[in-house]
Amino acid sequence: MAPRIGVVVFPGSNCEHDVVQGAEAAGGTGVLLWHGDTQLGAVDAVVLPGGFAHGDYLRPGALARFSPVMEAVRDFARAGGPVIGICNGFQVLTEAGLLPGALQKNGRLRFLCQPARLTVSSTSSVLTAGATLGEELVIPINHFSGNYTCDEATLQRLQTEDRIVLRYADNPNGSVDAIAGIANEAGNVVGLMPHPERASNALLGSEDGLVLLRSLVGAASTSAAA
Amino acid sequence: MRFRARVEVQLRPGIADPEGATIERALPALGFDSIAHVRAGRSFSFEVDAADEGAARLTATELAERLLANPVIEQSTLDLQAI
Repeated sequence: MAPRIGVVVFPGSNCEHDVVQGAEAAGGTGVLLWHGDTQLGAVDAVVLPGGFAHGDYLRPGALARFSPVMEAVRDFARAGGPVIGICNGFQVLTEAGLLPGALQKNGRLRFLCQPARLTVSSTSSVLTAGATLGEELVIPINHFSGNYTCDEATLQRLQTEDRIVLRYADNPNGSVDAIAGIANEAGNVVGLMPHPERASNALLGSEDGLVLLRSLVGAASTSAAA
Repeated sequence: MRFRARVEVQLRPGIADPEGATIERALPALGFDSIAHVRAGRSFSFEVDAADEGAARLTATELAERLLANPVIEQSTLDLQAI
């Protein structure tokens, strides 16, 4: 059976259907989950999709982290289940403390909506396990607050523990160390600003996101078997 | 007792503040040539019911640190007045 990829819908999410389609293009089955539920049900991976959860009021992700479903997401992550946050989902994961650091407003205060050239800088995460180290991927970004920042000690840990999974080739938003995506210690929780689901079909201009989504589906099927 | 709380949230020193920097760059064009070190921030006000000022301060500080500010990049100050 195809692994079930749960995609959390917050009020204001707007990429959930794209992620479902992307997950299915990668061989999974997409399942929408509601943010107000306290259980995830039978899913093998969880994706927090892009959008404007709770209107991005206060700060992106600041209110979503108190959504009832987040306790279940936290437990799922703690048990080793694959959890991915894309764009707004990445912001939610940092606000929830599942990933370190924060996403600030882009340098020069520009909203960025463009293809971004990325380099795979670690393959020891559920999102990049199937990619090749140093591989270049072109995947769209679409955000105002994607400027990754953290303190010096955290940055050093991310670097030495091989947890920076994707870097921008030309760092459009001013992130420290050109970080586009990071993982937690175990590699099962990953946040990234680029949208792999928007690069999952040649009709969309790029299929470069598929290698990431396939890695996720692969990790989900391993997690389902465990 | 009831208190009015005012919480100001600003980016920590050392964290780049593109909003403050943009405002500062616009100032000379408006004729303000004596202003420097602009930092942007947000202000919140709310009322707290508590037994005394210490308890109100504790509650308001917790709210500021758990929700209103992101301690990774921001810091907050609290001003409290009995009403």
